[in-house]
Amino acid sequence: MELSEKRFGAVVAVGASGQVDHHSADDFQKALEPYLANCAAGKDAIVVDMADVDYVSSVGLRVLLMASKRAAAQQGKIAVAAMQPNVAEVFRISQFNRILAAYDTVDAAVAELQA
Amino acid sequence: MDVTFWGTRGSLPTPTTAEQMREKAKTLLRAADGRAFADDAEMDAFLDGQPFWARGGYGGDTPCIEVGLAGDEHLICDFGSGARRLGNDMLGRFGPEAGQTYHVLMSHLHWDHIMGFPFFPPAYIPGNRIIVYGCHDDLESSFRRQHQAPNFPVDFSLLGARIEFRKIATGATVDIAGAKVTPKLQLHAGDSYGYRIEAEGASFVYSSDSEHRIEDDHAAQGFVDFFRDADLVVFDAMYSLADAVSVKEDWGHSSNIIGVELCQRAGARQIALFHHEPVYDDQRIDDLLADTRRYEEIRRDAYPDHPPLQVVAAYDGLTISL
Repeated sequence: MELSEKRFGAVVAVGASGQVDHHSADDFQKALEPYLANCAAGKDAIVVDMADVDYVSSVGLRVLLMASKRAAAQQGKIAVAAMQPNVAEVFRISQFNRILAAYDTVDAAVAELQA
Repeated sequence: MDVTFWGTRGSLPTPTTAEQMREKAKTLLRAADGRAFADDAEMDAFLDGQPFWARGGYGGDTPCIEVGLAGDEHLICDFGSGARRLGNDMLGRFGPEAGQTYHVLMSHLHWDHIMGFPFFPPAYIPGNRIIVYGCHDDLESSFRRQHQAPNFPVDFSLLGARIEFRKIATGATVDIAGAKVTPKLQLHAGDSYGYRIEAEGASFVYSSDSEHRIEDDHAAQGFVDFFRDADLVVFDAMYSLADAVSVKEDWGHSSNIIGVELCQRAGARQIALFHHEPVYDDQRIDDLLADTRRYEEIRRDAYPDHPPLQVVAAYDGLTISL
C-alpha cells in the first residue's frame, strides 16, 4: 500500500486508501513504518488521513493501535482524521475512539498536533 | 435442536438492582403515557414494542446452556449459576422420581462455570445420572473441591445421583447423547475448550471464554474452520475491541467485532453474543446488540456467497430452535 504524503511543518499527513483488512494490513503497517521511525519528541507528528479508506477491520484498527503505542513510547504524537462515515462508525462501535485521537478533518488534526 | 440459555453472564452472577428495576418501570410508564389497557393481550402488544432492556433484560446467571435433542438424555454446556434454574425446570418437566441422564460439556473449570453444580437439584436425587465431560486433567477434583468445607456444607460424597467424569481430547469427535461433539482448545488462562455439536441436521458451536489475538491469523483460520457453516455460534463478546486489545489484553475474552468477523468468514448463520460483562446493564447490552448488527451490515458485502449473519444477544431464558 502506498501512502500519500503532505507536510504541514512538523506534522506529516499520510493518506491511506481502499480497504484496510486482513488482506492489506501488513502492507499498511510496512508503509507506516518509515513515518513511525521519525515520530518522536522534537521530530514529526503523524496524521493518518483516512479520507480514501472505505473500510477498516479489526486487523486495520490494530495497526493503528500499534502505531499509537509506538509513537507514545517515543514521546511522539499520532492521530487519525477524515474518516468516511462507515469507517467512523466502526471506530465508534469498536470503541477505538476512546483510545486513539480522531478528528473530522486533516486540518483540525494538524492544528491540534501543532499546538 | 433447541438451544436454551439458562445463564449468559460472565464472571459472576449479576442480579438486577432495585434502582435498575425502577428505571425500567419509569421508562415503560413514560411510554404508556397514561394509556388504559383493555386486557393482557393489549398490554403484551404494547410491551413488545418497547426496548428489550426496559420490558425484559438479559439476566444475571453465569453460563449454562441446554442443548435440547430428540432423545431421552439431556445435553448441557457448563454448570454456571444458571444450572440452578435448569435443574428445577428439569424436575418440573420430569418429576423427581423419573431418573434422568445428563451429559455436561465443560468449557473449563473457572468458578463462574462450575458454581451452579452444588445447586443443581438432580445431583441430589438417586436414580439420576450425570456424566461430566471435559478436556482438563483436574475436571473431577475441581468439582469435588467445590463441595469441600468451608466452600459448601454438603460434601460431594453425599450427592445422591450417579456422577461420572470423562476426559475427552481435542482432535477427535465423540458421540454424546446422540450428538457428534468436537472440542477445540481456546486461548484462556488455564485453557478453555469450545465445542461444536452436530445433531439432527443442525450445527451449534459453544465458544465461551476465548480470546482471539488479532495478529494471529493462523489461529483465526482455525476458528473459522471450527465455526464453518454453523447454524449458531455462541461467542464470548465480553469486551469492546478497544479494551480487548489494550487494557484487557490477555484477560482471556473477546469482542463483538471479532465475533462478527470470524462468523462471517466462516459462513455461520447466527451469532449469539454471550458471557456478558457484569458491569454492563441491560440498556448497554441492547446498545451492544444494535452496534453489532450494524457492524455485520457494514461488512456484509464482503461475503456475497455467505448467508447474512443473524446477530442476537443471548439472555437467560432465550431458546433458539435450529
